[in-house]
Amino acid sequence: MSASSSKFSTTGRSRTGEPLVWLTAVGLTIGVLLSVGLIGLVMYKGFESFWPARLVVVEVRQEGGENSKVAGYLVQERSKRTLEGLVEEEIQLFRGNRELFGEKFVFLDREAIVSQTEEEDLILVERLEGGNVIGRAKALELGGSETLEASAEGFDEKLDELTERGEELRDELREIEKIKIGENSKRVKELRWLEKKGSSPERAEELAGLLAEYEKLDGQRKELREQLEESTFVVEAMDGRELKIPTGELLHVFAANQVGFFGRLKETIRRAWTFVSTDPREANTEGGVYPAIFGTVVMTLVMSLFVTPFGVMAAIYLREYAKQGPLVKAVRISVNNLAGVPSIVFGVFGLAFFIYFLGGVVDDWFFSNSEEPVYKSGGILWASLTLALLTVPVVIVATEEALASVPRGVREAALACGASKWQAIQRVVLPASLPGILTGVILAMARGAGEVAPLMLVGVVKSAPDLPIDAVAPFVHPERQFMHLGFHIYDLGFQSPDSEAAKPMVFATTLLLISIVVVMNLTAIIIRNRLRKKYAVSSF
Amino acid sequence: MKPKAPESKTHESLIEIKDVDFCYGNAKALDGIDLTVRRNEIVAFIGPSGCGKSTLLRCVNRMNDLVPGARVTRGTIEIEGVEIHSPEVDPVELRRRVGMVFQKSNPFPQTIYENVCYGPKLSGIKDKSELDGIVETALQGAALWDEVKDRLHTSANGLSGGQQQRLCIARSIAVRPEILLMDEPCSALDPLATAKVEELILNLKEEFTIVMVTHNMQQATRVSDRTAFFYMGRLIEFDETATLFTTPSCKETEDYISGRFG
Repeated sequence: MSASSSKFSTTGRSRTGEPLVWLTAVGLTIGVLLSVGLIGLVMYKGFESFWPARLVVVEVRQEGGENSKVAGYLVQERSKRTLEGLVEEEIQLFRGNRELFGEKFVFLDREAIVSQTEEEDLILVERLEGGNVIGRAKALELGGSETLEASAEGFDEKLDELTERGEELRDELREIEKIKIGENSKRVKELRWLEKKGSSPERAEELAGLLAEYEKLDGQRKELREQLEESTFVVEAMDGRELKIPTGELLHVFAANQVGFFGRLKETIRRAWTFVSTDPREANTEGGVYPAIFGTVVMTLVMSLFVTPFGVMAAIYLREYAKQGPLVKAVRISVNNLAGVPSIVFGVFGLAFFIYFLGGVVDDWFFSNSEEPVYKSGGILWASLTLALLTVPVVIVATEEALASVPRGVREAALACGASKWQAIQRVVLPASLPGILTGVILAMARGAGEVAPLMLVGVVKSAPDLPIDAVAPFVHPERQFMHLGFHIYDLGFQSPDSEAAKPMVFATTLLLISIVVVMNLTAIIIRNRLRKKYAVSSF
Repeated sequence: MKPKAPESKTHESLIEIKDVDFCYGNAKALDGIDLTVRRNEIVAFIGPSGCGKSTLLRCVNRMNDLVPGARVTRGTIEIEGVEIHSPEVDPVELRRRVGMVFQKSNPFPQTIYENVCYGPKLSGIKDKSELDGIVETALQGAALWDEVKDRLHTSANGLSGGQQQRLCIARSIAVRPEILLMDEPCSALDPLATAKVEELILNLKEEFTIVMVTHNMQQATRVSDRTAFFYMGRLIEFDETATLFTTPSCKETEDYISGRFG
């Protein structure tokens, strides 16, 4: 008995396979830790960039003079080694007020700091140009000589009212500048181009009318501009200097030290919303990323519209119709290898084939009246096509697998009912393999949405305020350049003139890009699961 | 020795298999098969696994066309005197005349109604009331109507195994074939469901000619008119079922039916 029990003992050190279990577990653990670490960092930093910090007034000792005061919020604390080998603690403060200080960020020596206090009446002012302002509200100068002191009754209400009014005026101005003047000058340009070829009285008349209309619009524009600068908001910095901000440029005034947890949460949500819903400002370092979100989503969707039918058709032929032999094998290997080609190569191909060749042909045929290239330059259509080419192997491989995994019994049943091969594929095989095909599309979308390098050659730009789909006829503009979140991250992080200001935006944008990919994938997965349930082949 | 089919004047022959050899690639699966099936009879194929009975069955509606490298290398298979491999025969058309029920029930992942009207729809019937009629007749023919008439538009996957197999039979007969091939139709079913399907097969005899493969010798005796015994790709004996099971003329047949091998 004892011999046999020791023979089959499971506690001995020689249990077969045990070390391998540990090894594989370590592999998985490292993978999980890396992913969780990356996502965690991005999420923490991303959310942090929206969370409003408390504003502090820091008093700094000046050598041979009075102490100076500066207001701002703490960005980071760090220690650095000086040339003499001493360790110095310092803090980085965002102080804003670019007109006064030049630099928005400042490093302060811990040793030199006398005091650090949170004062109730400090405010953070977001404005259209010049970056944030930090200080105390002093007064509102309302057109003429009328002035409303900050301590006066109804000051806050008046400030809110003017901020809102400013937004309305800016909307009106945008409407006039972008849509009305835009359309006007586009037509004028067209007419002038035609005029060069040969003049006609009707054309001259239309041109004169357009120019008169332009004068009128320009007048309206000037008037709006004046209204925007009519009143000013005066903010006092800690050193007593004043900053005058036209109320037409005010975006938001936030008294950071007067609100509690929920107030800050509300501010976080407002900032996050502003981030996803507005256009970028100040060379992308401020404002939102709405055009980039829009560009990314539209490009990915258009790409999947191209790649799905193309990939599925190719896979059906390859798996169902082509005579299996060395040629088909070679095609299959080539398709797989295509997935491993560096993506920039696809970018170069897209530039040469889609833009220069196809775009050139389209321009010659349909846009010979236009002075500038229309399709013969980077645009969202060409970018989507390039990415479709890049991701088509993924869809082909997944579809082939899905087709191959449809049980033979189901196929035979269809044929035994008198279905032709195509009828069997169309009505039975294809529905049964839809979940597998969708898996391929999901993978393709995830790959496409995150790809940046080829896009830089075929249509992505740093700033493209005109969206590829908008209210201007013909509403869809597949030739337009666009913004993309992936490229935005690169641009903010490595091309920005103000890298300190761009840093939080990099994390927020990364978080957003990951979220968009996750949302698109989840949607596709939900659709796939519903299909899987619907088309489950009975296992009886 | 060629098996001798009993003469009968009341039946005309429908399927004539003459001297057929069949190969999967280089492996010979059938060797010189001669066999005639008459109209409105039930023929059972028995024999140990791998003896070629399913292969022969699948030759009759050219289902083997799907298997790469599989082909008839000698002989002819004629249905009503027409060689089914001749170029003017469209395999799709052939399969409409020769239906098939498989060993594993394989309903489409669709509703019961869609399953049954799959074949008729393919042959171009679009009229709703006509389709309704076909579905009802087919389901009644497969003795399934009473069980499913209230849930025609629910998924076929919700049916039990026996019901699914009868649904597959209904799907086959909805196409109104002349011949019904059944490849071990009861092998995945419990005895109760088997009894139902067997009863059904006997009823279907009125309208269809049925060729079935079975591993169950009792089933062959209960259902079939004539039985063919296959062994190692050859047709050993083909006779009236009662004769074959009581007084087999070949030793292999006797050994097999008495359970000495196979």
